[in-house]
Amino acid sequence: MKAHPAWRDAVIAAIAVIVVLAIPLFHRSPAFEDFVIRLSAMALFATSLNLLVGNTGMVSFGHGMFYGLGAYAFALTMQMTDLSLPVAAVLAVLFTTFAALCVGAICVRLSTDYFAFITLAVQMLFFSIIISWQSLTGGDQGLRGGIPRREIFGFELASQLHLYQFCTVVAVLGLLALRHITTSPFGQTLRMIRDNENRVSFLGVVLWQARLRAFTIAGAFAGLGGVLAALFVSGAYPELADWPNSGQAIFAVMLGGINSFLGPVLGAMILLALNDVVTRFTEYYGLVLGIVILAFAVGLRRGVLDFLRLAWPGRAR
Amino acid sequence: MKLEIKNLTKAFGGIKAMDDVSLTFPSGSLSAVIGPNGAGKSTFFNLISGAFPADSGEVLLEGQDVLRLSKAERMRRGIGRAFQVASCFPTMTVAENLMATVTAHVGQWGNISRRFPPPGVRERAEEVMELVGLNKVSNVEAAILSHGDQKLLDIAIALALEPKVLLLDEPTAGMGPDERWRMIERVRGLWERGKLTLVFIEHDMDIVFQIASTIRVLCYGRVLAEGTPAEIRNNPAVIEAYLGAEHSGEAA
Repeated sequence: MKAHPAWRDAVIAAIAVIVVLAIPLFHRSPAFEDFVIRLSAMALFATSLNLLVGNTGMVSFGHGMFYGLGAYAFALTMQMTDLSLPVAAVLAVLFTTFAALCVGAICVRLSTDYFAFITLAVQMLFFSIIISWQSLTGGDQGLRGGIPRREIFGFELASQLHLYQFCTVVAVLGLLALRHITTSPFGQTLRMIRDNENRVSFLGVVLWQARLRAFTIAGAFAGLGGVLAALFVSGAYPELADWPNSGQAIFAVMLGGINSFLGPVLGAMILLALNDVVTRFTEYYGLVLGIVILAFAVGLRRGVLDFLRLAWPGRAR
Repeated sequence: MKLEIKNLTKAFGGIKAMDDVSLTFPSGSLSAVIGPNGAGKSTFFNLISGAFPADSGEVLLEGQDVLRLSKAERMRRGIGRAFQVASCFPTMTVAENLMATVTAHVGQWGNISRRFPPPGVRERAEEVMELVGLNKVSNVEAAILSHGDQKLLDIAIALALEPKVLLLDEPTAGMGPDERWRMIERVRGLWERGKLTLVFIEHDMDIVFQIASTIRVLCYGRVLAEGTPAEIRNNPAVIEAYLGAEHSGEAA
Protein backbone atom coordinates (compact mmCIF):
# COMPACT_ATOMS: atom_id res chain seq x y z
CA MET A 1 0.00 0.00 0.00
CA LYS A 2 1.35 3.36 -0.94
CA ALA A 3 0.80 6.17 1.52
CA HIS A 4 -1.72 8.30 -0.28
CA PRO A 5 -2.02 11.89 0.74
CA ALA A 6 -5.10 12.67 2.77
CA TRP A 7 -6.52 15.07 0.21
CA ARG A 8 -6.98 12.23 -2.27
CA ASP A 9 -9.50 10.56 0.07
CA ALA A 10 -11.16 13.90 0.76
CA VAL A 11 -11.55 14.57 -2.98
CA ILE A 12 -13.09 11.14 -3.54
CA ALA A 13 -15.48 11.73 -0.64
CA ALA A 14 -16.43 15.17 -1.97
CA ILE A 15 -17.12 13.77 -5.43
CA ALA A 16 -19.23 10.98 -3.93
CA VAL A 17 -21.28 13.50 -1.96
CA ILE A 18 -21.79 15.77 -4.97
CA VAL A 19 -22.83 12.91 -7.23
CA VAL A 20 -25.27 11.41 -4.74
CA LEU A 21 -26.75 14.78 -3.86
CA ALA A 22 -27.10 15.70 -7.55
CA ILE A 23 -29.10 12.61 -8.53
CA PRO A 24 -32.48 13.84 -7.15
CA LEU A 25 -32.07 17.07 -9.11
CA PHE A 26 -32.46 15.09 -12.28
CA HIS A 27 -34.64 12.24 -11.24
CA ARG A 28 -36.73 11.71 -8.14
CA SER A 29 -37.16 8.10 -7.14
CA PRO A 30 -38.46 7.41 -3.63
CA ALA A 31 -37.24 3.81 -3.85
CA PHE A 32 -33.72 4.92 -4.72
CA GLU A 33 -33.67 7.58 -2.01
CA ASP A 34 -34.84 5.04 0.55
CA PHE A 35 -32.08 2.75 -0.61
CA VAL A 36 -29.40 5.40 -0.10
CA ILE A 37 -30.73 6.29 3.35
CA ARG A 38 -30.68 2.66 4.44
CA LEU A 39 -27.29 2.20 2.82
CA SER A 40 -25.82 5.16 4.71
CA ALA A 41 -26.71 3.50 8.02
CA MET A 42 -25.61 0.05 6.94
CA ALA A 43 -22.35 1.31 5.39
CA LEU A 44 -21.27 2.94 8.66
CA PHE A 45 -22.30 -0.17 10.56
CA ALA A 46 -20.38 -2.59 8.32
CA THR A 47 -17.30 -0.42 7.82
CA SER A 48 -16.94 0.15 11.55
CA LEU A 49 -17.16 -3.62 12.07
CA ASN A 50 -14.41 -4.08 9.51
CA LEU A 51 -12.11 -1.90 11.60
CA LEU A 52 -12.23 -4.87 13.99
CA VAL A 53 -12.52 -7.80 11.58
CA GLY A 54 -10.34 -6.77 8.67
CA ASN A 55 -7.92 -4.35 10.28
CA THR A 56 -7.34 -5.86 13.68
CA GLY A 57 -8.37 -9.48 13.20
CA MET A 58 -10.98 -9.30 15.98
CA VAL A 59 -14.18 -11.02 14.89
CA SER A 60 -16.99 -9.50 16.90
CA PHE A 61 -20.38 -11.16 16.64
CA GLY A 62 -22.04 -8.57 18.82
CA HIS A 63 -21.50 -5.41 16.82
CA GLY A 64 -25.26 -5.00 16.31
CA MET A 65 -25.69 -4.04 19.96
CA PHE A 66 -23.96 -0.71 19.34
CA TYR A 67 -26.02 -0.12 16.21
CA GLY A 68 -29.17 -0.77 18.22
CA LEU A 69 -27.92 1.24 21.15
CA GLY A 70 -27.22 4.25 18.93
CA ALA A 71 -30.73 4.02 17.52
CA TYR A 72 -32.44 3.70 20.92
CA ALA A 73 -30.29 6.34 22.58
CA PHE A 74 -31.01 8.80 19.81
CA ALA A 75 -34.74 8.07 19.49
CA LEU A 76 -35.25 8.21 23.27
CA THR A 77 -33.29 11.45 23.60
CA MET A 78 -35.38 13.02 20.88
CA GLN A 79 -38.64 11.83 22.41
CA MET A 80 -37.86 12.67 26.00
CA THR A 81 -36.06 15.99 25.65
CA ASP A 82 -36.32 19.15 23.60
CA LEU A 83 -32.74 18.96 22.43
CA SER A 84 -32.05 19.70 18.80
CA LEU A 85 -31.32 16.83 16.46
CA PRO A 86 -27.54 17.29 16.13
CA VAL A 87 -27.14 17.53 19.89
CA ALA A 88 -29.22 14.41 20.42
CA ALA A 89 -27.20 12.60 17.75
CA VAL A 90 -23.91 13.58 19.36
CA LEU A 91 -25.18 12.51 22.79
CA ALA A 92 -26.36 9.18 21.39
CA VAL A 93 -22.98 8.53 19.79
CA LEU A 94 -21.15 9.52 22.98
CA PHE A 95 -23.36 7.22 24.99
CA THR A 96 -22.70 4.35 22.58
CA THR A 97 -18.97 5.08 22.70
CA PHE A 98 -19.01 4.82 26.46
CA ALA A 99 -20.98 1.56 26.29
CA ALA A 100 -18.47 0.16 23.79
CA LEU A 101 -15.63 1.14 26.12
CA CYS A 102 -17.28 -0.74 28.99
CA VAL A 103 -18.14 -3.84 26.93
CA GLY A 104 -14.70 -3.76 25.34
CA ALA A 105 -12.99 -3.59 28.71
CA ILE A 106 -14.51 -6.97 29.48
CA CYS A 107 -14.06 -8.56 26.07
CA VAL A 108 -10.79 -7.49 24.46
CA ARG A 109 -8.44 -9.45 26.70
CA LEU A 110 -9.98 -12.74 25.61
CA SER A 111 -8.49 -14.81 22.83
CA THR A 112 -10.09 -14.86 19.38
CA ASP A 113 -12.68 -17.61 19.87
CA TYR A 114 -13.81 -16.45 23.26
CA PHE A 115 -13.85 -12.86 22.14
CA ALA A 116 -16.35 -13.74 19.39
CA PHE A 117 -18.34 -15.76 21.87
CA ILE A 118 -18.54 -13.16 24.62
CA THR A 119 -19.42 -10.29 22.27
CA LEU A 120 -22.35 -12.40 21.11
CA ALA A 121 -23.32 -13.14 24.70
CA VAL A 122 -23.24 -9.46 25.71
CA GLN A 123 -25.36 -8.59 22.70
CA MET A 124 -27.98 -11.17 23.70
CA LEU A 125 -28.01 -9.73 27.19
CA PHE A 126 -28.50 -6.26 25.78
CA PHE A 127 -31.24 -7.50 23.46
CA SER A 128 -33.16 -9.11 26.30
CA ILE A 129 -32.93 -5.88 28.30
CA ILE A 130 -34.56 -4.04 25.40
CA ILE A 131 -37.30 -6.68 25.19
CA SER A 132 -38.06 -6.72 28.88
CA TRP A 133 -37.72 -3.03 29.78
CA GLN A 134 -41.11 -2.32 28.24
CA SER A 135 -41.80 0.98 29.96
CA LEU A 136 -38.73 2.57 28.43
CA THR A 137 -38.20 0.77 25.14
CA GLY A 138 -41.65 -0.45 24.20
CA GLY A 139 -40.44 -4.03 24.41
CA ASP A 140 -40.74 -6.20 21.33
CA GLN A 141 -43.09 -3.67 19.74
CA GLY A 142 -40.21 -1.27 19.45
CA LEU A 143 -40.08 2.39 20.31
CA ARG A 144 -43.07 3.94 18.65
CA GLY A 145 -44.60 7.35 18.49
CA GLY A 146 -42.03 8.57 16.00
CA ILE A 147 -39.09 10.89 16.37
CA PRO A 148 -39.97 14.57 16.52
CA ARG A 149 -38.49 15.96 13.31
CA ARG A 150 -37.33 19.29 14.60
CA GLU A 151 -35.95 21.53 11.94
CA ILE A 152 -32.17 21.98 11.81
CA PHE A 153 -30.46 24.71 9.83
CA GLY A 154 -33.46 24.97 7.55
CA PHE A 155 -33.51 21.22 7.10
CA GLU A 156 -36.83 19.51 7.55
CA LEU A 157 -36.01 15.86 8.09
CA ALA A 158 -39.62 14.83 7.68
CA SER A 159 -39.00 15.48 4.00
CA GLN A 160 -37.47 12.46 2.36
CA LEU A 161 -35.17 14.56 0.21
CA HIS A 162 -33.71 16.36 3.21
CA LEU A 163 -33.26 13.10 5.08
CA TYR A 164 -31.53 11.70 2.01
CA GLN A 165 -29.12 14.63 1.92
CA PHE A 166 -28.51 14.55 5.65
CA CYS A 167 -27.77 10.81 5.73
CA THR A 168 -25.48 11.00 2.71
CA VAL A 169 -23.37 13.75 4.22
CA VAL A 170 -23.18 12.11 7.67
CA ALA A 171 -22.29 8.71 6.22
CA VAL A 172 -19.58 10.06 3.94
CA LEU A 173 -18.07 12.15 6.74
CA GLY A 174 -18.18 9.12 9.01
CA LEU A 175 -16.50 6.94 6.41
CA LEU A 176 -13.88 9.60 5.83
CA ALA A 177 -13.13 9.66 9.55
CA LEU A 178 -12.83 5.86 9.61
CA ARG A 179 -10.58 6.01 6.57
CA HIS A 180 -8.40 8.53 8.35
CA ILE A 181 -8.10 6.22 11.34
CA THR A 182 -7.16 3.19 9.24
CA THR A 183 -4.42 5.16 7.49
CA SER A 184 -3.02 6.64 10.70
CA PRO A 185 -0.11 5.19 12.69
CA PHE A 186 -2.75 3.63 14.95
CA GLY A 187 -4.36 1.95 11.92
CA GLN A 188 -0.98 0.50 11.05
CA THR A 189 -0.62 -0.75 14.63
CA LEU A 190 -3.93 -2.58 14.28
CA ARG A 191 -2.62 -4.22 11.12
CA MET A 192 0.50 -5.32 13.01
CA ILE A 193 -1.67 -6.88 15.69
CA ARG A 194 -3.65 -8.77 13.06
CA ASP A 195 -0.47 -9.99 11.35
CA ASN A 196 1.64 -10.98 14.32
CA GLU A 197 0.39 -10.33 17.79
CA ASN A 198 3.39 -11.92 19.48
CA ARG A 199 5.92 -9.72 17.74
CA VAL A 200 3.92 -6.56 18.38
CA SER A 201 4.03 -7.17 22.10
CA PHE A 202 7.84 -6.90 21.92
CA LEU A 203 7.64 -3.51 20.25
CA GLY A 204 6.15 -1.56 23.11
CA VAL A 205 2.55 -1.69 21.90
CA VAL A 206 0.16 -2.40 24.76
CA LEU A 207 -2.06 -4.97 23.08
CA TRP A 208 -5.18 -4.65 25.19
CA GLN A 209 -5.10 -0.85 25.00
CA ALA A 210 -4.85 -0.89 21.22
CA ARG A 211 -7.65 -3.46 20.95
CA LEU A 212 -9.87 -1.62 23.39
CA ARG A 213 -9.42 1.59 21.50
CA ALA A 214 -10.29 -0.08 18.19
CA PHE A 215 -13.35 -1.67 19.79
CA THR A 216 -14.51 1.66 21.21
CA ILE A 217 -14.04 3.54 17.95
CA ALA A 218 -15.87 0.81 16.04
CA GLY A 219 -18.72 0.95 18.55
CA ALA A 220 -18.95 4.72 18.18
CA PHE A 221 -19.35 4.58 14.40
CA ALA A 222 -21.83 1.72 14.63
CA GLY A 223 -23.79 3.98 16.98
CA LEU A 224 -23.70 6.75 14.38
CA GLY A 225 -25.08 4.26 11.85
CA GLY A 226 -27.80 3.43 14.39
CA VAL A 227 -28.75 7.11 14.61
CA LEU A 228 -29.33 7.17 10.85
CA ALA A 229 -31.29 3.93 11.07
CA ALA A 230 -33.51 5.45 13.77
CA LEU A 231 -34.13 8.48 11.57
CA PHE A 232 -35.14 6.21 8.69
CA VAL A 233 -37.60 4.08 10.65
CA SER A 234 -38.58 7.04 12.82
CA GLY A 235 -38.13 5.05 16.00
CA ALA A 236 -36.14 2.05 17.11
CA TYR A 237 -36.83 -1.66 16.98
CA PRO A 238 -35.24 -4.50 18.92
CA GLU A 239 -34.31 -6.18 15.62
CA LEU A 240 -31.70 -3.46 15.15
CA ALA A 241 -29.86 -4.79 18.21
CA ASP A 242 -30.51 -8.47 17.61
CA TRP A 243 -27.78 -10.89 16.62
CA PRO A 244 -29.04 -11.57 13.07
CA ASN A 245 -28.34 -7.90 12.49
CA SER A 246 -24.72 -8.41 13.59
CA GLY A 247 -24.72 -11.26 11.10
CA GLN A 248 -25.85 -8.87 8.37
CA ALA A 249 -22.86 -6.65 9.05
CA ILE A 250 -20.53 -9.65 8.95
CA PHE A 251 -22.10 -10.72 5.64
CA ALA A 252 -21.59 -7.22 4.24
CA VAL A 253 -17.95 -7.26 5.31
CA MET A 254 -17.32 -10.71 3.86
CA LEU A 255 -19.22 -10.06 0.62
CA GLY A 256 -17.50 -6.76 -0.10
CA GLY A 257 -14.00 -7.68 1.04
CA ILE A 258 -12.27 -7.36 4.38
CA ASN A 259 -9.00 -6.03 3.01
CA SER A 260 -10.47 -3.12 1.07
CA PHE A 261 -11.63 -0.03 2.88
CA LEU A 262 -14.75 0.33 0.71
CA GLY A 263 -15.40 -3.42 0.66
CA PRO A 264 -18.02 -3.34 3.45
CA VAL A 265 -19.82 -0.44 1.72
CA LEU A 266 -20.07 -2.49 -1.46
CA GLY A 267 -21.12 -5.50 0.59
CA ALA A 268 -23.87 -3.45 2.23
CA MET A 269 -25.05 -2.33 -1.21
CA ILE A 270 -25.18 -5.92 -2.45
CA LEU A 271 -27.08 -7.09 0.64
CA LEU A 272 -29.65 -4.29 0.50
CA ALA A 273 -30.15 -4.66 -3.24
CA LEU A 274 -30.58 -8.41 -2.86
CA ASN A 275 -33.08 -7.83 -0.11
CA ASP A 276 -35.11 -5.41 -2.21
CA VAL A 277 -35.07 -7.53 -5.35
CA VAL A 278 -35.51 -10.95 -3.83
CA THR A 279 -38.33 -10.09 -1.46
CA ARG A 280 -40.28 -8.85 -4.46
CA PHE A 281 -40.28 -12.32 -5.98
CA THR A 282 -40.12 -14.79 -3.16
CA GLU A 283 -40.54 -15.06 0.56
CA TYR A 284 -37.50 -17.34 0.79
CA TYR A 285 -35.09 -14.45 1.16
CA GLY A 286 -32.80 -16.34 3.51
CA LEU A 287 -32.45 -19.20 1.04
CA VAL A 288 -31.41 -16.90 -1.80
CA LEU A 289 -29.05 -14.98 0.44
CA GLY A 290 -27.45 -18.21 1.60
CA ILE A 291 -26.89 -19.35 -1.99
CA VAL A 292 -25.34 -16.01 -2.93
CA ILE A 293 -22.98 -16.07 0.04
CA LEU A 294 -22.05 -19.66 -0.71
CA ALA A 295 -21.30 -18.68 -4.31
CA PHE A 296 -19.02 -15.90 -3.12
CA ALA A 297 -17.30 -18.03 -0.51
CA VAL A 298 -16.70 -20.99 -2.81
CA GLY A 299 -16.34 -19.12 -6.10
CA LEU A 300 -14.32 -16.01 -5.28
CA ARG A 301 -12.96 -17.18 -1.94
CA ARG A 302 -12.93 -13.54 -0.88
CA GLY A 303 -15.04 -10.42 -1.02
CA VAL A 304 -15.74 -8.69 -4.33
CA LEU A 305 -13.36 -5.74 -3.91
CA ASP A 306 -10.57 -7.95 -2.59
CA PHE A 307 -11.11 -10.20 -5.59
CA LEU A 308 -10.94 -7.31 -8.03
CA ARG A 309 -7.83 -5.91 -6.37
CA LEU A 310 -6.15 -9.26 -6.71
CA ALA A 311 -7.22 -9.55 -10.35
CA TRP A 312 -5.90 -6.06 -11.13
CA PRO A 313 -2.95 -5.56 -8.86
CA GLY A 314 -1.43 -2.16 -8.35
CA ARG A 315 -4.74 -0.54 -7.65
CA ALA A 316 -5.31 1.50 -4.52
CA ARG A 317 -7.12 0.08 -1.53
CA MET B 1 26.17 -3.30 27.48
CA LYS B 2 27.08 -6.13 29.78
CA LEU B 3 24.50 -8.87 30.13
CA GLU B 4 24.75 -10.93 33.27
CA ILE B 5 22.51 -13.89 34.08
CA LYS B 6 22.41 -15.16 37.65
CA ASN B 7 20.81 -18.39 38.88
CA LEU B 8 18.11 -18.34 36.23
CA THR B 9 15.55 -21.08 36.85
CA LYS B 10 12.34 -22.09 35.09
CA ALA B 11 10.30 -25.26 35.41
CA PHE B 12 7.47 -26.38 33.13
CA GLY B 13 5.43 -28.75 35.27
CA GLY B 14 8.02 -31.05 36.79
CA ILE B 15 10.64 -30.46 34.12
CA LYS B 16 13.39 -27.97 34.81
CA ALA B 17 13.89 -26.27 31.46
CA MET B 18 16.37 -23.85 33.00
CA ASP B 19 18.23 -24.98 36.06
CA ASP B 20 20.27 -22.42 37.98
CA VAL B 21 22.00 -20.96 34.94
CA SER B 22 24.56 -18.21 35.52
CA LEU B 23 26.40 -16.69 32.56
CA THR B 24 28.08 -13.39 31.78
CA PHE B 25 28.26 -11.79 28.36
CA PRO B 26 30.75 -8.89 28.43
CA SER B 27 29.87 -5.65 26.70
CA GLY B 28 30.60 -5.85 22.98
CA SER B 29 31.20 -9.60 22.96
CA LEU B 30 30.11 -12.02 20.25
CA SER B 31 29.06 -15.30 21.81
CA ALA B 32 27.43 -18.49 20.64
CA VAL B 33 25.07 -20.64 22.66
CA ILE B 34 25.13 -24.27 21.58
CA GLY B 35 23.70 -27.50 22.86
CA PRO B 36 21.63 -30.50 21.82
CA ASN B 37 17.90 -30.18 20.99
CA GLY B 38 15.89 -29.54 24.12
CA ALA B 39 18.90 -28.15 25.97
CA GLY B 40 16.97 -24.99 26.82
CA LYS B 41 18.64 -22.59 24.39
CA SER B 42 15.42 -20.99 23.13
CA THR B 43 14.00 -21.03 26.67
CA PHE B 44 17.10 -19.13 27.74
CA PHE B 45 16.38 -16.41 25.18
CA ASN B 46 12.67 -16.40 26.02
CA LEU B 47 13.42 -15.82 29.68
CA ILE B 48 15.92 -13.04 29.02
CA SER B 49 13.64 -11.23 26.57
CA GLY B 50 10.57 -11.72 28.77
CA ALA B 51 8.48 -13.90 26.44
CA PHE B 52 7.49 -15.75 29.57
CA PRO B 53 8.32 -15.26 33.26
CA ALA B 54 11.17 -17.02 35.05
CA ASP B 55 10.71 -18.77 38.38
CA SER B 56 13.75 -17.18 39.97
CA GLY B 57 17.08 -15.60 39.20
CA GLU B 58 18.35 -12.29 37.88
CA VAL B 59 18.94 -10.81 34.45
CA LEU B 60 21.28 -7.87 34.88
CA LEU B 61 21.70 -5.27 32.18
CA GLU B 62 24.68 -3.11 33.15
CA GLY B 63 24.02 -4.23 36.71
CA GLN B 64 20.30 -3.50 36.73
CA ASP B 65 17.90 -6.40 37.18
CA VAL B 66 15.27 -6.45 34.41
CA LEU B 67 13.78 -9.89 35.08
CA ARG B 68 10.55 -8.52 36.54
CA LEU B 69 9.99 -5.95 33.81
CA SER B 70 7.62 -6.46 30.88
CA LYS B 71 9.10 -7.56 27.57
CA ALA B 72 8.37 -4.16 26.07
CA GLU B 73 10.21 -2.43 28.93
CA ARG B 74 13.19 -4.78 28.54
CA MET B 75 13.23 -3.94 24.86
CA ARG B 76 13.26 -0.25 25.75
CA ARG B 77 16.23 -0.87 28.03
CA GLY B 78 18.11 -2.40 25.12
CA ILE B 79 17.40 -6.12 24.84
CA GLY B 80 16.50 -6.98 21.24
CA ARG B 81 15.81 -10.38 19.79
CA ALA B 82 15.05 -12.22 16.57
CA PHE B 83 13.20 -15.50 16.41
CA GLN B 84 14.01 -19.02 15.27
CA VAL B 85 11.04 -18.92 12.90
CA ALA B 86 11.24 -15.51 11.24
CA SER B 87 8.71 -13.28 12.96
CA CYS B 88 7.55 -10.33 10.91
CA PHE B 89 4.32 -8.79 9.59
CA PRO B 90 3.49 -10.85 6.50
CA THR B 91 0.90 -8.63 4.77
CA MET B 92 3.09 -5.54 4.95
CA THR B 93 5.99 -4.65 2.72
CA VAL B 94 9.52 -4.67 4.11
CA ALA B 95 9.46 -0.88 4.36
CA GLU B 96 6.09 -0.92 6.14
CA ASN B 97 7.33 -3.58 8.55
CA LEU B 98 10.20 -1.36 9.58
CA MET B 99 8.31 1.92 9.52
CA ALA B 100 5.60 0.44 11.72
CA THR B 101 8.26 -0.90 14.10
CA VAL B 102 10.01 2.45 14.32
CA THR B 103 6.63 4.17 14.81
CA ALA B 104 5.94 1.91 17.79
CA HIS B 105 9.47 2.43 19.08
CA VAL B 106 9.15 6.22 19.13
CA GLY B 107 5.88 5.87 21.05
CA GLN B 108 3.58 6.86 18.18
CA TRP B 109 1.66 3.60 17.83
CA GLY B 110 -1.58 5.06 19.15
CA ASN B 111 -1.46 8.24 17.07
CA ILE B 112 -4.65 8.82 15.05
CA SER B 113 -4.15 12.48 14.27
CA ARG B 114 -1.93 12.08 11.23
CA ARG B 115 -1.09 9.82 8.33
CA PHE B 116 1.21 6.87 8.63
CA PRO B 117 4.21 7.10 8.65
CA PRO B 118 4.99 9.92 11.11
CA PRO B 119 7.83 12.25 10.09
CA GLY B 120 11.35 10.90 10.39
CA VAL B 121 10.19 7.30 10.52
CA ARG B 122 10.72 6.54 6.84
CA GLU B 123 14.32 7.77 7.00
CA ARG B 124 15.10 5.63 10.02
CA ALA B 125 13.50 2.57 8.36
CA GLU B 126 15.63 3.18 5.26
CA GLU B 127 18.76 3.32 7.38
CA VAL B 128 17.96 -0.08 8.86
CA MET B 129 17.15 -1.57 5.45
CA GLU B 130 20.47 -0.28 4.17
CA LEU B 131 22.24 -1.75 7.18
CA VAL B 132 20.94 -5.29 6.68
CA GLY B 133 20.82 -5.07 2.89
CA LEU B 134 17.08 -5.25 2.33
CA ASN B 135 16.76 -1.98 0.41
CA LYS B 136 16.29 -3.76 -2.94
CA VAL B 137 13.16 -5.52 -1.68
CA SER B 138 11.75 -2.62 0.33
CA ASN B 139 8.40 -2.72 -1.51
CA VAL B 140 7.97 -6.48 -1.43
CA GLU B 141 5.41 -7.99 0.91
CA ALA B 142 7.10 -9.89 3.72
CA ALA B 143 5.03 -13.02 3.03
CA ILE B 144 6.60 -13.51 -0.40
CA LEU B 145 10.21 -12.74 0.58
CA SER B 146 12.75 -15.54 0.33
CA HIS B 147 13.36 -17.45 3.53
CA GLY B 148 16.72 -15.78 4.05
CA ASP B 149 15.28 -12.30 3.53
CA GLN B 150 12.53 -13.05 6.04
CA LYS B 151 15.18 -13.95 8.61
CA LEU B 152 16.99 -10.72 7.76
CA LEU B 153 13.78 -8.74 8.13
CA ASP B 154 13.25 -10.30 11.54
CA ILE B 155 16.73 -9.12 12.55
CA ALA B 156 16.07 -5.72 10.97
CA ILE B 157 12.94 -5.33 13.11
CA ALA B 158 15.05 -6.04 16.19
CA LEU B 159 17.71 -3.55 15.02
CA ALA B 160 15.11 -0.85 14.39
CA LEU B 161 14.54 -0.84 18.15
CA GLU B 162 18.17 0.21 18.71
CA PRO B 163 19.19 -2.69 20.95
CA LYS B 164 22.38 -2.78 22.99
CA VAL B 165 22.15 -6.53 23.47
CA LEU B 166 20.92 -8.61 20.53
CA LEU B 167 19.77 -12.20 20.88
CA LEU B 168 19.57 -14.14 17.61
CA ASP B 169 17.85 -17.51 17.77
CA GLU B 170 19.41 -19.57 14.97
CA PRO B 171 19.89 -16.84 12.38
CA THR B 172 20.87 -19.46 9.79
CA ALA B 173 18.05 -21.95 10.48
CA GLY B 174 16.71 -23.60 7.34
CA MET B 175 19.42 -22.22 5.03
CA GLY B 176 21.75 -23.96 2.62
CA PRO B 177 25.51 -23.91 3.33
CA ASP B 178 26.37 -20.91 1.14
CA GLU B 179 23.45 -18.87 2.36
CA ARG B 180 24.45 -19.65 5.96
CA TRP B 181 27.85 -18.12 5.54
CA ARG B 182 26.50 -15.04 3.84
CA MET B 183 24.04 -14.63 6.67
CA ILE B 184 26.56 -15.07 9.43
CA GLU B 185 29.03 -12.69 7.78
CA ARG B 186 26.27 -10.13 7.69
CA VAL B 187 25.52 -10.76 11.36
CA ARG B 188 29.18 -10.30 12.19
CA GLY B 189 29.21 -7.07 10.19
CA LEU B 190 26.22 -5.79 12.19
CA TRP B 191 27.95 -6.72 15.42
CA GLU B 192 31.16 -4.90 14.46
CA ARG B 193 29.39 -1.81 13.28
CA GLY B 194 26.79 -1.58 16.01
CA LYS B 195 29.10 -2.25 18.98
CA LEU B 196 26.47 -4.72 20.12
CA THR B 197 26.65 -7.42 22.72
CA LEU B 198 25.54 -10.22 20.42
CA VAL B 199 24.49 -13.71 21.47
CA PHE B 200 23.42 -16.27 18.89
CA ILE B 201 22.18 -19.83 18.94
CA GLU B 202 23.68 -21.95 16.19
CA HIS B 203 23.82 -25.60 15.21
CA ASP B 204 26.47 -25.40 12.52
CA MET B 205 29.70 -26.03 14.44
CA ASP B 206 31.95 -24.76 11.63
CA ILE B 207 30.21 -21.41 11.91
CA VAL B 208 30.29 -21.40 15.69
CA PHE B 209 34.01 -22.17 15.94
CA GLN B 210 34.89 -19.65 13.26
CA ILE B 211 32.77 -16.72 14.39
CA ALA B 212 32.20 -16.76 18.12
CA SER B 213 34.79 -15.42 20.50
CA THR B 214 33.27 -17.33 23.38
CA ILE B 215 30.93 -20.31 23.42
CA ARG B 216 28.42 -21.40 26.07
CA VAL B 217 27.16 -24.95 26.02
CA LEU B 218 23.75 -25.75 27.51
CA CYS B 219 22.55 -29.25 28.23
CA TYR B 220 19.35 -30.27 30.04
CA GLY B 221 18.85 -26.69 31.17
CA ARG B 222 22.28 -26.41 32.77
CA VAL B 223 25.55 -24.81 31.76
CA LEU B 224 27.73 -27.68 30.62
CA ALA B 225 30.75 -25.60 29.66
CA GLU B 226 31.92 -22.16 28.65
CA GLY B 227 35.09 -20.93 27.06
CA THR B 228 36.91 -20.08 23.86
CA PRO B 229 36.36 -22.21 20.76
CA ALA B 230 39.61 -24.07 21.43
CA GLU B 231 38.62 -24.85 25.01
CA ILE B 232 35.16 -26.06 24.00
CA ARG B 233 36.54 -28.18 21.20
CA ASN B 234 38.69 -30.09 23.69
CA ASN B 235 36.25 -30.27 26.57
CA PRO B 236 35.51 -33.97 27.17
CA ALA B 237 32.04 -33.37 28.60
CA VAL B 238 31.03 -31.32 25.56
CA ILE B 239 32.42 -33.88 23.15
CA GLU B 240 30.46 -36.60 24.84
CA ALA B 241 27.18 -34.74 25.19
CA TYR B 242 27.07 -32.88 21.93
CA LEU B 243 29.96 -32.64 19.53
CA GLY B 244 30.94 -36.26 19.03
CA ALA B 245 34.37 -36.99 17.63
CA GLU B 246 33.87 -35.06 14.39
CA HIS B 247 34.32 -31.56 15.74
CA SER B 248 36.55 -32.40 18.68
CA GLY B 249 40.09 -31.18 19.03
CA GLU B 250 41.52 -34.61 18.26
CA ALA B 251 39.81 -34.80 14.91
CA ALA B 252 40.70 -31.24 13.99
